Formats: sequence, structure tokens, C-alpha cells
Amino acid sequence: MDALSALIEGFGTALTPINLLLALAGVVLGTAIGVLPGIGPAMAVALLLPVTYNLEPVGAFIMFAGIYYGGMYGGSTTSILLNTPGESASVVTAIEGNQMAKRGRAAQALATAAIGSFVAGTLGTLGVVFLAPYVVDLAVQMGAPDYFAVMVLAFIAVTSVLGASRIRGFASLGIGLLIGIVGIDAVTGQQRLTFGVPQLADGIDVIVVAVGLFALGEALWIAAHLRRKPAEVIPVGRARMGREDFRRSWKPWLRGAVIGFPFGAMPAGGAEIPTFLSYVTEKRLSKHPEEFGKGAIEGVAGPEATNNASAAGVLVPLLALGLPTSAIAAVLLAAFQQYGIQPGPLLFENEPELVWGLLASLIIGNTLLLVLNLPLAPIWAKLLKTPRPYLYAGILFFASLGAYAVNLAVVDLVVLFIIGLTGFMMRRYGLPVVPAIIGVILGPRAEVQLRRALQISNGELSGLYNTWFSKSLYVVVALIVLWPLLNRFVLRPLRRQAEIPVLSETAHILDDAHHHKLVVPPQEGPMDGPADDRPTAAVSDDAGHATEGRENR
Amino acid sequence: MSTLVQRTRGRSELGVALLLLALGVLAIVDALQIPTTIGQRGPVGPAAVPIAVGVLLIVVALLLARDVLAGGHGEAEAGEDVDLSHPSDWRTVLLLAGAFLANVVLIEPAGWPISGAVLFFGSAYALGSRHLVRDPIIAVALSVATYYLFGQALGIGLPAGVLEGIL
Repeated sequence: MDALSALIEGFGTALTPINLLLALAGVVLGTAIGVLPGIGPAMAVALLLPVTYNLEPVGAFIMFAGIYYGGMYGGSTTSILLNTPGESASVVTAIEGNQMAKRGRAAQALATAAIGSFVAGTLGTLGVVFLAPYVVDLAVQMGAPDYFAVMVLAFIAVTSVLGASRIRGFASLGIGLLIGIVGIDAVTGQQRLTFGVPQLADGIDVIVVAVGLFALGEALWIAAHLRRKPAEVIPVGRARMGREDFRRSWKPWLRGAVIGFPFGAMPAGGAEIPTFLSYVTEKRLSKHPEEFGKGAIEGVAGPEATNNASAAGVLVPLLALGLPTSAIAAVLLAAFQQYGIQPGPLLFENEPELVWGLLASLIIGNTLLLVLNLPLAPIWAKLLKTPRPYLYAGILFFASLGAYAVNLAVVDLVVLFIIGLTGFMMRRYGLPVVPAIIGVILGPRAEVQLRRALQISNGELSGLYNTWFSKSLYVVVALIVLWPLLNRFVLRPLRRQAEIPVLSETAHILDDAHHHKLVVPPQEGPMDGPADDRPTAAVSDDAGHATEGRENR
Repeated sequence: MSTLVQRTRGRSELGVALLLLALGVLAIVDALQIPTTIGQRGPVGPAAVPIAVGVLLIVVALLLARDVLAGGHGEAEAGEDVDLSHPSDWRTVLLLAGAFLANVVLIEPAGWPISGAVLFFGSAYALGSRHLVRDPIIAVALSVATYYLFGQALGIGLPAGVLEGIL
């Protein structure tokens, strides 16, 4: 019970008045900013980075913990109360949540989301507490080739799993890796891609990249397509739920925690797949499957819990390996580096106060969220009515401020502008943003490990795969890369005989969501069409789905 | 039978492929100009990874071009405030970019309290707000408040510019 006593010590750190206040400030700020439409949790963290510049690391991370969970929760409020489809991560909550809200059950939808987030978030955080030390034990035995293999896996997984098109994922990754190269080479001191600009010698600050891709890119993109009439906000009172709602919610909460955590902890990136999986599972297990599509509470409780458990799971690779697998994790890693702290196995040894204080404050933040959000729901709903010109002008204002404040250099604003335009272009042409930010932050570190591994092996390429761990990771990488071929020639003929209903249904809904057709999910059981159990590899016969089909051939 | 001209019409996405290609070439050209030194440790020098990334970008550019020419297209990103049913509103985007760049030019000579206010007011105007009294008041209040907040509470001295000594 080593982890438990360490966690109790962490509570000692987190429960000092000043740290408690910082956790509260983080939760409130995170929720408030996360609720604002157009601002996801990753952008919320990126925009709030400057607020913590003057804090001690421990205090700063306690505040980030609050912002992280607060931002996640705020996002689900938006998708329940706004009568429009949001971005893919909250799409699932929106399906039933929005239907419930339209039928006058917004308070219950928000309550089951809040309590489900609390239950799954707390279980997930406890999962981190107990799992992370084991991963650390494994990680201290990992050498350069193993680290490099893990990073390659993260690159491949993030580009292949997210979004509808692999080519566009790799394009995004390439852009990110390129940005990561800019600056002085750490080994030889040579300038790379600096074009003689002295301010570029230190490299492009990850925070500038994050703010540019998320905040500026997003604001410009939304400005180009701003709704003429702002979306309708469904009015809501205090969030609450009755006994019947509880009876129908508690199992989906627990199942959501179980589904979400492992997906977050794997370097597979994102809560999209587990939330869809949870949705379909709840629909199959529900005693009221006919209510799905018309506001079934299980369809909010399950995915919302899954979402939060996966957000907690993401912390395992982030803290124990220094490996970010989602957009927010990448921004958090940038924040760590801002303080000169390198997440990884040594973090648990060198900064136990920070790690355990952070984990304890995640549990505290979760509790604060529950206490705050049930009564504060009407206030959050009012934030949704923020006039859009002020909202997006504000994003531009704070994005510029944050990027300038990093180094007090005008050149950072110019870089911010270029990266913002890149973010705009990526959204316009369907390039996912997450691989780029992962590439920026992991690229330089992967290069260090690559060069170290080859130095040890004296240039022999076998130095990259001479451990059983790296070998098995490359097998996984090969499987992911070759999946479309495998799927076409091996798995599909097999599946003609035996179909796995939950998986194929998930794939079908996911596939539809990627093409934004999803309004009301199909009412019938398993699909009879040629459904796949991996959406990115789907070869569809529908003309509108031409993209994936073509590139897999 | 379609000619290349017909097939490329309306495919602005090819520009993305072109950009990726240019970036890839840039990475490789830049890497080849790095002089080799005796300071290099290990068999992999500073040029190897940029060349690999450049090759990745070029390959992706070609695959993307092939995909686009064959009729594939990237799905534009949706969002709560995004309405994809009308075409891109370039006027708003250009005005926003102008407001942003005004801040870049003004922040050091004129100072953040002024440049930040110009940025906020210009952006709100670009996005369709026409409260010509309320908007400037909010803009100035925001920029002055953040100036003091950063200076006093966070210890980050934003440039005061022409207002040096007054604020």
C-alpha cells in the first residue's frame, strides 16, 4: 500500500489553504472557459497557462488539475444545452443529452453528467494512483530503443485512430515534427530551420504552437463560418435527478469508468472511441432501448463517465513516461516543461510532492466540481449566451497576450500568426490538429532517443529493436499500419460468418459521426450493411465516404 | 474523359499538398546546408531527422494529391458556432487578421494598453459588433486591466509604450 500512503501525503500537500484555493480557482476558471462554445478543454488550458506563470510548480499544477477536469466538465454542459452538434469528443454526450434537454429534462441530464464525471473521474484518478507506480517500475528499465519505440507507437496511433483520413493525419504529424525541428540542435549546436532569425534559435515555444493551433486557428475558422443566428440555449434550473434516474444511471457510470480508463492509459489517443463504445454498450444493455435517440439518461451517464475516466487514464503515460496521448496532455506537458520539470519515471522520485499533490488535488477538484456544478448550472447556461463577437475577440486578445507573455518577444506573435493560419487551413481541409501538437512536443524527444540508441549500437540499425519490449511495440505498430490490408483480405471474409455486434455498431456510428450525419442514431439492432470494427479503416461503398476508401487501396 | 485541368478545378485542397511538398523540400534543403563538424557525437548527425521528416512530408503530399485528384476530400471541422452551410466569410477573416497584425505592429511602440484595445475592438468589429460606445470601453478596460494584472500580480511587465510614466 505504498501508493496509498503516498497519496495521503499528497492530500497533506493539496489541502493547505492556499492550494485548496488554487484548486477552487482552477475548477471555476476551467469550467467557465470550457463552457464557452468553441473553446475545448485543450484551448482552456493553453489560454490559462499565463495565469500560473508566477506560481510555485506545486501550486501551478494543482490549479492545472482543476482546469483540466473543469474544462472537461464544461464541455459536456455546452453539448447538452446548445442545440447544435459540437466537436467529436462531446458528440456522444450531445446525442442523448440534447434530446433530454429538449424534452425538459436538461437538469437531469446535467446532473447525471456531473455525478457520472465525479464517480468515473475519482475512480480513474485512483486507477492512476495504483497503476502509475507499476508503469514507473517498468519505465526505469526502459532504454533508449524502448522509449523511441513507444514514441513511434504514439505517433502512429494518434494519426491512425483519430479522424477519418490517415493521410491527413500524417500530414498533420509531419507539420508538427517540422515545427519541432526549428532551433539549435541539442547535440551539435547547429542551427536548423532558423533562417538566421536569432529568436528562433531557442526553438518555437510549445505554448505558442498550442495557442496558435488551438486558440487562434479555431477562432479564425469559426469566424469564417460563424452562425448568423447564435444557437439556441435551452434554459435550465438547478441540476438535479430523481430516484428513478439514479437507478438507471449508476451502472452506466461504473461501466463508463471501466471502459474509459484503459483507453486513456493506452497511447491510442482520445476519448472518441471509448465514448462511442460506451454509448452502444448502454443501448444494448438498457431496459429502455426504445428511448435511445429520444433522450435516454443511460446514453448521457455512460459516455460522460467514460470521457472522464479516459481523461484520468491519460495521466498514466503522461506522468510515468512523459508521453502525451491527447491534446490536453500535450499542453500539460508543455506546462511541465515551462517549469523545467520533465515528466517520466524520475518525476516520481524527484518530485514526489508535486506528483502526489497533483493526484490528490485531482480528487479534490472532482469533489469541488460536483459541489459547485449542481447549483451553478443556470450560471453556466448564461455563459453560453455570451455575444459571439466578444467571445471570439476575447480569444484573440488572450491568445496574443499569452503568446507574447512567454518571452515578451514580438517575433512570437508573428510565429503565432503563421501557426494560427496553419491551424485555420488544417480545419478547412480536414487535417486533425492533435497529431501536429503531439509531433511538436514528442518529435524532439524522439530524436534524442533515436540518436542515443544508435550511438549505443554504434550506428547499427538493430540497436533500435534489440529489446523484447521494442520488438513487441514494433509488431503493434506494424499491425496498425497494415490494418487496412488485413481488414480487406483477412478479417472481412472471416467476419461475414461471425459478426461482433457491439463493435460493428460502434464503427458504424463513428463512421457516420466523422461525416457529421449523426442526428439521431439508428433504432434497430446490429447493422446489416458491411460494417467495420475499425472506422478509420472503413472502406465504404457510399460515394460521400470516398476519402477513406480511396487511400486504403 | 476528363483532362487534368477539369479534374483540378475546384480542388483548392491541392494547395495543401503543394504546401506540404514545399515544406518537405525546405526541410531537406535546410538540412543539407548544415555543415558537418567534429563536435558531432554518434553516428546520427543533426541532418538525419530533418531529412526523414522532409521525406515524410513529400510522400504525404504526393499521396494527398493523388487522393484529392481521385475525388477524396477532407471534412471541414464542425463546432457549436460553426455553420458550414454558407461559404467562407473571407471579409471577416481578413479584418480579424488585420486586427491581430495591428497589435503585432503596435505592441512595442504604442504599448499593450493601446494595442490590446485596438486588437479587441477591431476583432469585435470584424465579427459584426456595432456598439460604438460600449465596445471601445470594454476594449480599453480589458487591456488596462490585463496590463496591471500581469505587471502587479504575475510580475510580467507588458510594454507601456507611449503611456510610459502615465500608467
